[in-house]
Parts: sequence; C-alpha cells; structure tokens
Amino acid sequence: MLIRIPRGSDPNSSEITPEQVWRQRRRFVEAMGLAGIALATPGLARTAADCQKALPRLKGVKPSRWKVNEPINSFRDITHYNNFYELGTDKRDPARFACHLEPRPWTVVVDGLCERPTRFDIDELLTGFPLEERIYRLRCVEAWSMVIPWVGFPLSLLLDRVKPLSSAKFVAFESIYDPKMLPGQRRRVLDWPYREGLRMDEARHPLAILAVGLYGKELPRQNGAPVRLVVPWKYGFKSIKSIVRISLVEKQPPTTWNRIAPDEYGFYANVNPQVDHPRWSQKKERRIGEFLRRETLMFNGYEEEVASLYRGMDLNRWY
Amino acid sequence: MAESPAHRTGGLPRGVKPVVFVTALLPLLWLLYRALWGDLGANPIEEIIHQTGLWGLRLLLITLALTPLRRLSGWGGWLRLRRMLGLFAFFYATLHLLSWVVLDQFFDWPMMGEEIVKHPYITVGLLAWLMLVPLAVTSTQGMMRRLGRRWKQLHSLVYLIAVLAVLHFVWLVKADVREPLIYLALLALLLLLRLDYRLGARLSSSRSRYSTQR
Repeated sequence: MLIRIPRGSDPNSSEITPEQVWRQRRRFVEAMGLAGIALATPGLARTAADCQKALPRLKGVKPSRWKVNEPINSFRDITHYNNFYELGTDKRDPARFACHLEPRPWTVVVDGLCERPTRFDIDELLTGFPLEERIYRLRCVEAWSMVIPWVGFPLSLLLDRVKPLSSAKFVAFESIYDPKMLPGQRRRVLDWPYREGLRMDEARHPLAILAVGLYGKELPRQNGAPVRLVVPWKYGFKSIKSIVRISLVEKQPPTTWNRIAPDEYGFYANVNPQVDHPRWSQKKERRIGEFLRRETLMFNGYEEEVASLYRGMDLNRWY
Repeated sequence: MAESPAHRTGGLPRGVKPVVFVTALLPLLWLLYRALWGDLGANPIEEIIHQTGLWGLRLLLITLALTPLRRLSGWGGWLRLRRMLGLFAFFYATLHLLSWVVLDQFFDWPMMGEEIVKHPYITVGLLAWLMLVPLAVTSTQGMMRRLGRRWKQLHSLVYLIAVLAVLHFVWLVKADVREPLIYLALLALLLLLRLDYRLGARLSSSRSRYSTQR
C-alpha cells in the first residue's frame, strides 16, 4: 500500500503568496515568450552566472574528519555537469536554466510519524545546525564520479528535532514541484515530483547529510539549492535535490527512478562494482577530469563505515 | 512514368561535390575546435563519443534519404552524393568506435569484451559498425561492376545497419528518449517511403528496370 503524502509544495490555506514569490512569477510570465525560445536555443538562455553571481559564503563552517584524500573537482565542473531533470535532461541544462529555480523563500516540512512535525524555514536550517565541510566522492549510476566539498549537517540532527516515533521505519523525501517555474517539469520525463527514500538506519548514519553549501558558499541552484540530501555510498540519484518535504513513514516509500525502471534502479542503490546496471557495467568509473577509468569501490569507498548496515543482505537482490 | 538513364544518374552541377565534402567535415572540425579551446565540458570524452556517434547516425539517415529525394524531386543528382555521404557516415562511425576504444576504454580489451557480450546497446552498435565495413570496402566503381547484382543485395544491409544504429541510441538513454525517438521516426519514414516505392515499382513495371536501379 502506498502512503499518500500531501506535497510539501501544496500551500496551506492559511498562507497567502508572499510578495517576493508573486513578483518572481510575474517576471516569469513576462519572460515566457523568451523562455520558449530559450529552451529550443540554449545559447539564448540566461546562464547560471546571471542570477547567482555572488553566492553568499556560509558562516561558521567547521572542517570534519570526513574528507576524501583525492583531488577535489573544480567548482566549474561540479556546477556544469549535473543531472537535475527539473531543469532539463542534458547535463549542461541545469547550469543553463538554473535561474528558473528560486531558492528563497523556502520551507522544508518534516512530518509523518514523529512527535513534533515542524516546518523549517531555509534560514533556520542554515543557522540552526552545526555546518561542516564534508569532502565526499559522488558516484553517478552512469559510471562517472567526482569529489565534492559539500557543506551540510547530519540528517540525524534534523530527525532528532522532530522526535521520530518507533513506528517510523523509513524516511521519504520529496523535491520541489512547480512546472511553472521549472522548465524540465513541463514534460513528464519523470513522475514529478522527484521522490527518494532511506531506511531509518541509513538516514541516521553519520555520513548521510543535508547539504546546504558547496565550496564554503550557499548551494548553487543547479546542485539542488537550497537544501539537498547527500548519501555518498549510494548512486547519485539517491541524493535528492531541492527538498521541500521529509516524511517519517512506516513502509518503504516509492522512489522515482525505481518506479520508472525497477530492474535498473533499486531502492537501495548502493554503489557496488559487482552488480552491473542491466545496460552497462558498474565495475569502473570515469572520474571527471581524469583520463583512465578508475575501479569503482564497494560502497563508493565507504565500506568500512556502512557495510554493517547491510550485513546478511543479498546485495545482488537488494541492489 | 518511364525513367531515362540520364534522368536516373542525373548531372550534378560543378562544385556541388566539393561543397558537400567540406560540409560533411564541418562537424569534425567544430569538434576539434571545441577540443582545442577546452569547450567540450566537464566530460570531454563523453562529448566526443556522443558527437561522432550522432553525426554517424545523421549521415547514415541523410544517405538513406537520397533515393526518396530523387523520386520526390525527379532530380537524379542526389544519387551522385550517395557514395560520398555513405562513406562519411562510415568515417564518423569509425571515429565513434575509435573514441570508445582509445579514449573511453583505453584498450582495456577484457572490459570491452565484457561490455560487448553483456550489454546489448554496445553489441548492436558494434554490429552496425562491422556491417558498415564491407559496404565501405565495396563502395568503389570497380567493386560495383565486379559484384553486379550481388552488390545491391549486399548494400541493402544498410537498412539493417540503420535500425541497429537507432536501437544503439535508444537503449543507452536513461529516461528522456525524445531525441533517439526522433531518429527512429525519421528512419521509419524513410523506410516507409522505400517500401511504398518498391511495391509500386513491382506492381507497375518489369523486373529489368528494377535491377538496373542502383
């Protein structure tokens, strides 16, 4: 049985549209004519540089012990090679259409099986939690990878705030849904909104973070501003972007790629060189910026930390 | 409507062939230019593989479009470009394969072997290229004469190759199949036009005319 969760982007009846939002919508409608052309001829589109020239630097970011000892990918590569279908399916699209995503104002609803369901304003998330730099590998299911200096905080800290009930076994995540704003959502390439999920013990693992920044600054829009999940031992598609809702649930929640192609994308989606994608090998990967392919590491190199979560599980079956 | 030999082979105005030749090289020159300026994005190898593959497929479809074009326009000059454009399709397909072998896999033969055997989109892609080889080898005037009627049989492989090439594209895409489906639709249209033509030709005239058509 599927648990029907109202979308985080559904307005409460008590809310009226804030001025900033309707102004931005008006601007958007005015730009509609151009937007249509821009979609067809990317060269005409406003680029990410136009709307995020100076991303604010995050304050009080502490280093952490979680840092990969491998060369970090450039800001340019991290922000111009993205899978974020809400902004288009070409990897250059998210940077091209980044300005269509407006990360303020932004609320993240945390609800479901917990004592204290809470709506967090994005600025509460930026200031109310201890921000750390986490330099993680990111391994895409498409067999490429990067090393990325995220800024964020453990997801478990957010979960603690709402006090999950013991009946909560899974955490369900939902991305923004706003086809008027996000050009990619005007086509049903995916079953919008994008959804992801973790088992409770995975969500509580210290490596699982909510990222709000990159390279010490606020998260660029094309990387899932203003807040996204990062679970470095899983394929990149698990690390859902631009989150508006986090729900504690009893049953394994439906997840986007799994619903599209259950034989290709499992719920767990742990990085595993021994289990191929049905259409391509997962043994090796191209690290962006390198020529020779690297061997893909079990759990993306985080085996020591996370293998115990899956003890006794047949990873061929639960891919 | 009876076709005279002159009508079929048609004259091509001087200078058309060199222009087409240079035009068909432009995608490669553009790719090299972008590579020189570091404008191939974060994953240049992927971009090179993608672009060479795309142009191989496009030129293959353009080559297949020439016969229907002749029929629709009544101008035989189109066929004069067929060999050159077909060879360009092979040229880009070969660059595509070489980029995979050299840039992507860097001669990792066991890995490539595994990919070819286990992953159908690679299998059909390689098959398509392998079948292009004999067509390229027998594309000369001399080979055409030597093989006679069998030349035509051999070269009808191009339909199968085009189907495999499009499949190769469709199967590698994750979710947004819009682009490969456009190519599939174009190919279906081209094949339908030919089917229509062949049936018409068979019904309305003798086999001799059919067999002299190249």
